[in-house]
Amino acid sequence: MLDTATAYNRFKFIGHEFLTWLWYLIETDNAVLHHSELPTMTLALGKRMVLENPRENHAETITIKGDYSNFETGFLPLKQGALVTEISLEAKSKETTWEFNLKGESLAVTNMRISNLGPIENNEEIEGAVLEKIYLLEQIHTYVDSLFEKFLLLRVSDQWPHELVPQMQKWLRNN
Amino acid sequence: MSLLANATSITRYRVLEELDAPITENVYDGLQQDRIPDIDDVDTALSSGWTSFQDPYTPNFEGASFVYGSYFLFSLRIDKKTIPSKLIQKYMAIEIAKKLEASGRDFLSKNEKQMIKEHVFNLLNLRIPATPHIYNVLWNYESSLVWFFTHLKSPNEIVETLFKTSFGLTLKRIFPFSFTELNPKISAFDRDQLLSLSPTNFQR
Repeated sequence: MLDTATAYNRFKFIGHEFLTWLWYLIETDNAVLHHSELPTMTLALGKRMVLENPRENHAETITIKGDYSNFETGFLPLKQGALVTEISLEAKSKETTWEFNLKGESLAVTNMRISNLGPIENNEEIEGAVLEKIYLLEQIHTYVDSLFEKFLLLRVSDQWPHELVPQMQKWLRNN
Repeated sequence: MSLLANATSITRYRVLEELDAPITENVYDGLQQDRIPDIDDVDTALSSGWTSFQDPYTPNFEGASFVYGSYFLFSLRIDKKTIPSKLIQKYMAIEIAKKLEASGRDFLSKNEKQMIKEHVFNLLNLRIPATPHIYNVLWNYESSLVWFFTHLKSPNEIVETLFKTSFGLTLKRIFPFSFTELNPKISAFDRDQLLSLSPTNFQR
């Protein structure tokens, strides 16, 4: 049985690989993100990405901010062995848009902004607003958790080394 | 950071044990027991405890006011007195001058200066009001999940400790490895596979 700190550090690469896989899926194979087992949403890159190269003696961190096209500059560190450690994402359902940052090592969601939330006019509306916000937060967490479950099952399968990794390497070479 | 703020950050926890029935009454007892103590008129520099979600400055958990639908919602409040260093310097100089005059000496020992410093700290802690920091706690009892609305290290350490003290329950932070441990959809076989994984090399 691993203690919490050891497990956190030993397996944070899983979270980084998950975010790198997400970037790959968004760019190349969006169909996986619309799989019937997942809540119906579309996923796009936001305006920030952080990459880290863990293989260097001193971990090198690269932060890319700005428009979607700027993320192309992330391919070079990726080719040099870096992985995505933090990514900003935009998820959309029919009615709602969620903008948030996702950190790989902790699966922590930060700076979550949700569209279409009305203002609270008086105290009587607080409980309704709280329950609506919880519902929307649960929806996005369910979605992210489903994606992570899907990634984990793929990561421990033979499909990962024999299909996914070569496909991702090809994607990198072509960019 | 608040649940109702425009931008929220959440640290997620799994609750490892269950409360004895009656649940709501036991949650109420835990909240009351570790309600935030007021430190404005005492010389304590830091205090922490539970407070209400809607009225965090007058904690009140009466009438199941912490129940929202099937969730428990309350806040962790951390009150901290921050004394500016310049203020400490000023009062130290005043107190040292007083002591020198009273004793007729022209210097004070290290111990005497230390005692004066402690006295100044206590004096200022009595006078300076504490600054409250409020972090919402959302407890989905049915799913054994707790969402804590901040990523700051210190409040997270406090909420983990206080949750155990108040309710006798352990909070386990959700991160990639614990996600697999706590997720019933991940089989024991897959978990074992995961333990043997090493980082992928995408460079080839």
